[in-house]
Amino acid sequence: MIPELGHFALIIGFCLALILATVPAWGAWRRNSRAMALAPGLALGLLVFVAISFACLSIAFLQDDFSVKVVASNSNSLLPPVYKFSAVWGNHEGSLLLWALILSLWTSAVAVFSAQLPLLVLARVLSVMGAVGVGFLSFLLLTSNPFARLLPGTPADGNDLNPLLQDPGLIIHPPLLYMGYVGFSVAFAFAIAALLGGRLDASWARWSRPWTNAAWAFLSLGIMLGSWWAYYELGWGGWWFWDPVENASFMPWLAGTALLHSLAATEKRGLFKSWTLLLAIFAFSLSLLGTFMVRSGVLTSVHAFATDPARGLFILVFLALVVGGSLTLYALRAPAVSSRVSFDWVSRESLILCNNVVFLVATITVLFGTLFPLIMDALGAGKYSVGPPYFNAVFVPLMALLVPFMGLGPVARWKRDSVRRWRSELLFPTVVAVLCGLTLPLFNADYNLWVALAVALSAWLVLGLSRDLWYRVRGAVSLAAGLRRITPSYWGMFLAHLGFAACVTGIVATSQYNIEHDLKMSPGDTETLAGYEFRFVELVPVRGPNFLADEARVEVYRNGEFVARLAPQKRRYMATGQVMTEAAIDPGLFRDLYVAMGEPIGEDGAWAIRLHYKPMVRWMWLGAILMGLGGFTTVFDKRYRRLRSPAAVSASEAAHGV
Amino acid sequence: MGSRLKLFLPLILFAIMAVFLFRGLSLDPQAMPSALIDQPLPEFTLPVLGEDRLLKRDELVGEVALLNVWATWCSSCRVEHPYLLQIAASGVPVYGINYKDDDAAAGRWLAELGNPYRANIADREGSLGLDLGVYGAPETYLVDARGVVRYRHVGVVDERVWQTILQPLYQQLNAQGSGG
Repeated sequence: MIPELGHFALIIGFCLALILATVPAWGAWRRNSRAMALAPGLALGLLVFVAISFACLSIAFLQDDFSVKVVASNSNSLLPPVYKFSAVWGNHEGSLLLWALILSLWTSAVAVFSAQLPLLVLARVLSVMGAVGVGFLSFLLLTSNPFARLLPGTPADGNDLNPLLQDPGLIIHPPLLYMGYVGFSVAFAFAIAALLGGRLDASWARWSRPWTNAAWAFLSLGIMLGSWWAYYELGWGGWWFWDPVENASFMPWLAGTALLHSLAATEKRGLFKSWTLLLAIFAFSLSLLGTFMVRSGVLTSVHAFATDPARGLFILVFLALVVGGSLTLYALRAPAVSSRVSFDWVSRESLILCNNVVFLVATITVLFGTLFPLIMDALGAGKYSVGPPYFNAVFVPLMALLVPFMGLGPVARWKRDSVRRWRSELLFPTVVAVLCGLTLPLFNADYNLWVALAVALSAWLVLGLSRDLWYRVRGAVSLAAGLRRITPSYWGMFLAHLGFAACVTGIVATSQYNIEHDLKMSPGDTETLAGYEFRFVELVPVRGPNFLADEARVEVYRNGEFVARLAPQKRRYMATGQVMTEAAIDPGLFRDLYVAMGEPIGEDGAWAIRLHYKPMVRWMWLGAILMGLGGFTTVFDKRYRRLRSPAAVSASEAAHGV
Repeated sequence: MGSRLKLFLPLILFAIMAVFLFRGLSLDPQAMPSALIDQPLPEFTLPVLGEDRLLKRDELVGEVALLNVWATWCSSCRVEHPYLLQIAASGVPVYGINYKDDDAAAGRWLAELGNPYRANIADREGSLGLDLGVYGAPETYLVDARGVVRYRHVGVVDERVWQTILQPLYQQLNAQGSGG
């Protein structure tokens, strides 16, 4: 009964989305304010029914209703309840329902928090989001019904959730990632609404900025969690694989990063108008493309869902309609004349342009690398796999190029600045940064040029930011008063840039100074790695709720002092017989110690053991958290809640006239 | 007008990409043709796992057989293993290439899970794998009675793969062999 209720709620949700996509849009076209005024109510109704549907599926999972096909294939009665719940989105159908839920969440959020927008704009924005909802809900209902039953022939127990997904990180990773992906639909909807209305002044940029920043922050955290999960769950200490599915989440992030900077220029200076519109379409299109790649089976990936060409075709048609349609609209309506606003080459505008070029090139490089195997295959030119060497070779120099401009950005003034001012502002940070680069890596065993470069660049970023903050604060009566004067937007930028510096340092340091040893160890053996002594104390069998495991008890000492007790496991899950490696990690701000079990060797309890020493690996995730916090902080800027900036009012009134 | 045309560029680029994506739907990224398709199996002389002898290429040739690349470090191989046992039980000759693996671990694997293989080639350094162009384990090659590689499957051989691809080819090759 409950699954049918869920199915029914989904159908009602679909109908509401259909009305939302058509009636307010028609109202906006015919200037019928009653039709337009329906939009917020429809958006909330959509959320209610999709949420009911989602709740029904969750109940089916929690109650072990194995007559529902996705429950039987992805859950098991022995599964701990929290994983039964996360199993809801550990499969194609359920994750798509989560997509739809999050989309309706964002739609309702726009309806509630942007209620002060002109009705015309609000109706168009919500209609566009409703249209995206129609696409996803019909995809669910027509090709991927999560409530399909196995009647008769209900299995006694389920197949279990893929053990890789039975992990706390994976409970919140997909929801965060989807919050990010889907959040870009808001910027997209604002861009489409602006194109439809022909009102292409700075106001759409200001309205969509907080939404874009929030989506970007979610996506940053989501990607970070995915990388962290890969690090401790896959059992070999890697944290980024340039896998097609990882790229699918990374591309919208790169395009989104370009977008939020470009939005700043459009809002503040009325610049890059067409360009920003295109980026908004691009970022959301990449989210949709990612969905297509993960679910259609066109690319091989460890993360991909069970694939089905019919589903692939459906998303491709949907993708063609959404992206093709919006790009056609863009081509017809975007301002073709370059804006009359001018700026000097030495200005913040040109630095934002640099940011955009770098991030766009990075996005396209990743896109090209991801699709290259498919393109060559389609051309009949053979099978290829593009791996980390390509991505690292193009990506690392691009990011290295970015940082020097990034240090200048916050210091630079809009419109016109002078090289002399930059020189005097940044002389001190430059000198200190170079000194840092020369000396800091010395504290580690061996001097490494890459680390020196990364430290110098990051130090430059941090010092430039701090100096700028100091200039903003120092005029005030007291330090506290000065700090209070700083806007949330500025704090957000400050945190995000700081996070980026931490990320760069962490990635370079851990890549360069990482030490790993694969060795054979028996209970009683001791190995030394990077000054840490690893003692394999004993091997014990362990029984978990739905798995059996061999657990190695390893104690770590440094200079005779106890550091940590680590217990990596080799698990065998009972329902599927799958074997999983559960690494044990002693985390630290400056180093992680990582132990994973390979295979048993010989009869005397010896195992292949993998020991890692990973310096500063946490910095990369801490950096991503700072970026996420930065993104969220900007949302609290009061400026976004004002309807129009005083300057924009007269100009837009004059230009618009409707 | 020229600047308006410029705005169509993103649409055109997207259209080109969509064509490739559409083509991609009908292609199977799992089907990896080997450079060796319709080429003779490369020469090798390698130790047999668990036995004190060497196996040459020519000893393998003579009947249609499956050549399965596996390793104990490969978790998909464990998924595939029960099905290989079934295939072998139905009388199909299956040879194993134990790829870049530890002999003792492989021995225990077979003792624990059952042994579907007529013989296992211990390819400790992956040299035969290199000659075959192995991407990773598991992979399965279908070799005909004259020692010519006829098909290569990357990934797990399960019921679907066996019944829709490998078994029809296997029967066809056997029929050809007895007919000619």
